[in-house]
Amino acid sequence: MTAATEAAGRPVVRPVSRSRVFWRSPLGRSLKRVPFYLLVLVVFVYTLFPFAWALRCAFTPEGDLFSSPLQYIPANPTLDNFKQAFETEFFRKALLNSALVAGAVTLLSLAIGSLAAFALGRFRFRGRSLVMYLMLSMTMFPSIAILGALYTMISGFSLGPIDLPNIYDTLWSLLFTYLIFTLPFTIWVLTSFMEALPGDLEEAAYVDGATPFQVFYKVLLPLLLPGLVTTGLLAFIAAWNEYLFALSFIQDPDKYTVPLAITSFVGESGSSFQQPWGTIMAATIIITVPLVALVLVFQRYILAGLTAGAVKG
Amino acid sequence: MLLVPSLLVVAFVALYPLGKTIFQSFTDEQFLALNPVSWVGLENYKDLWNDTIFRDSIWTTIKFTLITVAFEFALGLAIALIVNSSFKGRGVMRAVMLVPWAIPTVVAAQMWKSMLQSNGVISDAGTRLGLLSHPHAWIADPGTALASVCAVDIWKTTPFVALLLLAGLQVIPRDLYEASEVDGANPLQQFWKITMPLLLPAIVVTLIFRTLDALRVFDVFYVFFGNRLGTQSMAIYAQSTIVSDGYVGYGAAISMAIFLIIGLFVVIYLTFQRVTLR
Repeated sequence: MTAATEAAGRPVVRPVSRSRVFWRSPLGRSLKRVPFYLLVLVVFVYTLFPFAWALRCAFTPEGDLFSSPLQYIPANPTLDNFKQAFETEFFRKALLNSALVAGAVTLLSLAIGSLAAFALGRFRFRGRSLVMYLMLSMTMFPSIAILGALYTMISGFSLGPIDLPNIYDTLWSLLFTYLIFTLPFTIWVLTSFMEALPGDLEEAAYVDGATPFQVFYKVLLPLLLPGLVTTGLLAFIAAWNEYLFALSFIQDPDKYTVPLAITSFVGESGSSFQQPWGTIMAATIIITVPLVALVLVFQRYILAGLTAGAVKG
Repeated sequence: MLLVPSLLVVAFVALYPLGKTIFQSFTDEQFLALNPVSWVGLENYKDLWNDTIFRDSIWTTIKFTLITVAFEFALGLAIALIVNSSFKGRGVMRAVMLVPWAIPTVVAAQMWKSMLQSNGVISDAGTRLGLLSHPHAWIADPGTALASVCAVDIWKTTPFVALLLLAGLQVIPRDLYEASEVDGANPLQQFWKITMPLLLPAIVVTLIFRTLDALRVFDVFYVFFGNRLGTQSMAIYAQSTIVSDGYVGYGAAISMAIFLIIGLFVVIYLTFQRVTLR
């Protein structure tokens, strides 16, 4: 904090001492920044060390993982752990399952949510703020509060004329329940993007005789693309990372999602107390690398979405 | 109407289940039980009042919430102020900060779990540096179990808090600092008189988000302890009652209690916000 403001600040006119001359010289100025860069380095290391350690574990043979003295750099690096992870059937399937569920939930939320955002962001009507408040409170809704009801609902459910089949232990149960947290959030963020769009183009289109629906998908939707990318990414990540519902509704290892798979590796002895850390860390790396790539490529979009979702609230 | 699909979905996946949970909390419903469900009135809530396991889980969760939110806020603010000043590698830094946020909590928990083993890297580095006299089983020891879960959450979420606060910092106009410098304010005065008041709305929103998230914590606790007694969060207790034990009715009552506790925190924050922002 002090370093930050000092760097920007210039002292008020005072008699110039010799040491002051030194601190203003190029060498002195970079020296003054040393504590600051040390601080940056500390933050950097703190954030990245667990990843570095996971990498180290992933390349260390299972037997050497906790050998004492601890090898900070693997003495006999190996790819066995990665092989082991990929050879685990439920892990391979989990990658596919998670991609399917998260992808479908994202598309569904965007499709339904962009319609709602169009209504909320472009029209003034009665009950608009009520709906906005409902969506905002839904984004903070604790999903544990309705776990019991969902649990009974997905195992067969009938409401008047609607009869739902038993979807317990299927990916459908996740697709259905994940909308609870992706949809309100999608609507909230997309609406703020929608409100920020200029109105001129739309008016021009209306003058030319376009229907509201044509305006929506020919004019607004293309303009909304950055917003769709942002919310889509956030929804995808949220669904990809979800654990509580997956743990509660899925039992069949063939239908595991990634978070379930990562906690289900068992060592050769078959005891859950002997966790095969090398394999687990290899799996961790396999999951993390695409996410990191995604984050690096879409950094700007993600930041925009996070701040639209939070600071605006 | 364009809103109809959204409202239908929200009603179906959230409002209806919420109503159903409230109803279930007054019944003795069990999952896949043969005997019909019967209305038991306030019985579940009475049991809950005397349930020491639940009481422990409330304390565990509240302690977890206070510790993590305090650390995440203090560290997050410091990091936000660091990253807000211009330096080489700032862009890289911001990207790096997004990474812990993006990975699944379960994955973060697994990484830390391996590091926190008694023969893991934290014990090893601690002994080598002379900070520890002997290796320590951080997760197994009840004395350090809570600190271990907190460490994971703080690591994963501090960068996210920093990013939210950073967004708040960046809307503070630069001229305010320049003007105050002309008036001879020192950096500390600038921080307390300019930065903090103008950042307050962002701070309040961030704190609300984090508190609500922390109160419903599940993933880290589950990965670290399963449903080991003494180290259960409220959400863990509710989930294991409903799913492992199948006591849907009683679990619903726990869920409602959690819901009320979280609501209580929201009310506290909103009152606080109204008082301070005036």
